[in-house]
Amino acid sequence: MITRADVEHVAALARLGLTEEEIERMVSQLNHILEAIAALQDVDTSAVGPTAQVIPLENVMREDVPRDGISREAALANAPLREGGHLRVPVVLEEGR
Amino acid sequence: MATSPPASEAPALPLADRTIGEVSDLLRARKLSSVELVRACLERIARDGERLNTFLAVGDEAALEAARDADRALAAGDERPLLGIPYALKDIFVTKALDEAGQPLPGGLPTTAGSKILDGYRSPYASSAEDRLRAAGAILLGKTNCDEFAMGSSNENSAFGAVHNPWDESTVPGGSSGGSAAAVAAGEAFFALGTDTGGSIRQPASLSGIIGLKPTYGRVSRYGMVAFASSLDQCGPFARSVRDVALVLGAVAGHEPRDSTSVDTPVPNYAEALKGHVRDLRLGVPREYFVAGMEPGVEKAVRAAIDLLEELGAEIVEVSLPSTDKGLATYYIIAPAEASANLARYDGVKYGYSAGDDDLLTNYLRSRGQGFGPEVKRRIMLGTYALSAGYYDAYYLKAQQVRTLIKAEFDDVLEGVDALIAPTSPSVAFEIGAKTQDPLLMYLNDACTLPVNIAGLPGVSAPCGLSDGLPVGLQVIGRAFDEATVLRIADAYEQAAGFGSLRPPTAHD
Repeated sequence: MITRADVEHVAALARLGLTEEEIERMVSQLNHILEAIAALQDVDTSAVGPTAQVIPLENVMREDVPRDGISREAALANAPLREGGHLRVPVVLEEGR
Repeated sequence: MATSPPASEAPALPLADRTIGEVSDLLRARKLSSVELVRACLERIARDGERLNTFLAVGDEAALEAARDADRALAAGDERPLLGIPYALKDIFVTKALDEAGQPLPGGLPTTAGSKILDGYRSPYASSAEDRLRAAGAILLGKTNCDEFAMGSSNENSAFGAVHNPWDESTVPGGSSGGSAAAVAAGEAFFALGTDTGGSIRQPASLSGIIGLKPTYGRVSRYGMVAFASSLDQCGPFARSVRDVALVLGAVAGHEPRDSTSVDTPVPNYAEALKGHVRDLRLGVPREYFVAGMEPGVEKAVRAAIDLLEELGAEIVEVSLPSTDKGLATYYIIAPAEASANLARYDGVKYGYSAGDDDLLTNYLRSRGQGFGPEVKRRIMLGTYALSAGYYDAYYLKAQQVRTLIKAEFDDVLEGVDALIAPTSPSVAFEIGAKTQDPLLMYLNDACTLPVNIAGLPGVSAPCGLSDGLPVGLQVIGRAFDEATVLRIADAYEQAAGFGSLRPPTAHD
């Protein structure tokens, strides 16, 4: 059973700002969905390993050769805020905080 | 058994509604130009596109210019099969829209993934799909509407409005690749690419009365596909004939270093694999796929298709995939968990919508809270919950274990049969708004398709008749990397059943 406090905690983990109304709806909808998902708990998986992906590939390597990437100007073109050749980010570390 | 007449004797459909096979013969015979084909599509888009809401961006000038180049190449004897053929890309594939100096490229198309959070985004690079289809000579018309970040089964989760099904405009075309499916059904493009994470190509193909193929995971590069659930996502074609789908798959399939999960196995000539018969094949019908709640008209059409395949000489056996009913729960843990990680990149800092707040945490919360729509938020919440401390073993690990069981059941059954045949969707197209209030009811649309993604297998949906005047889809599921057999069965069925000629009421000039 997911509580309102759970929804607020998970939303904070996901950095997702929810309105009052959205929190209310999320509590009921997530409980409804998790009820359906609970069916998995009945499956005996004691002798079963997990599958993260289905293809027989691992550790795909390539030669460590430099190559052209996206130019700085193109990479910054969609930035909401920039300063010179950099992304501009709100203050992370501030004196006195 | 009546077989379809050759193209030259078929009743003449309007140009925009024909198959690639039909028009490419005309192109090569110089009886038709690529410019005429592009114009035919653009006229349809101008007439129906806004009403159906199929396209989010159209690049008509660039398409006409590319068509003139294609006509010159055709005149010089260039024989690439997709040369001069107009197509559409689901707006989940990035298309290069910036030059090296970061300036907008003339004719460059934006990429939104159906989300307000990417409104106005111009990609600095092209997706593998765009690169490969350009190299094949195909002509990009525009970007199609889709559910936000490909999350949905009706296209109603697009931030840019619902798409209308050309068969009945009060109904949905399916989703998440609903714009691609509706555009191909309505003659607005000769083929389109979509993406399929839990059914997002096959289910809209079924509801829109066309062919849609989800290739094996790893068959087609995902480079430049906006990520939803990275262990499930795959790119695939929509078209109006199985042969057309085979041609497009041949152009986009194959290893590419930019996607390290694309597998380095040879790409067969898929068109040559269409032998026109199924006499030496053994086909399994999984009994669990005729689920409770399936519409009687859908079951009837699918059973009739199975009977026809038997008449055509295939051996039909009933098989069992007992964990099928665990597919939905498994999927709705794995896909949201992967999505919650993938969508962490939308932070209001690097690109996309920003709330512009001076405080970092507030800026994250507000940019994401205002930028994402309700279904995307629901899945981020579900996925974050399933991965959070204390719940990981009970949800995420458990789902990954059940995934092992689901895959093992498919592998076992597919040792005894060449392919599986089943319904694609339990229903035909439903009314817009009918399922938006109940997320679980919406999720059930994909009960017959999402186990195939969980196991990474190829699956195609082909029209197998109408129920209440709306298309029903037959699903053919194959062994990993055996798209050739899946397409061969769908093609033999299409030839014998004659449903390849089904067209919606919009199919007129």
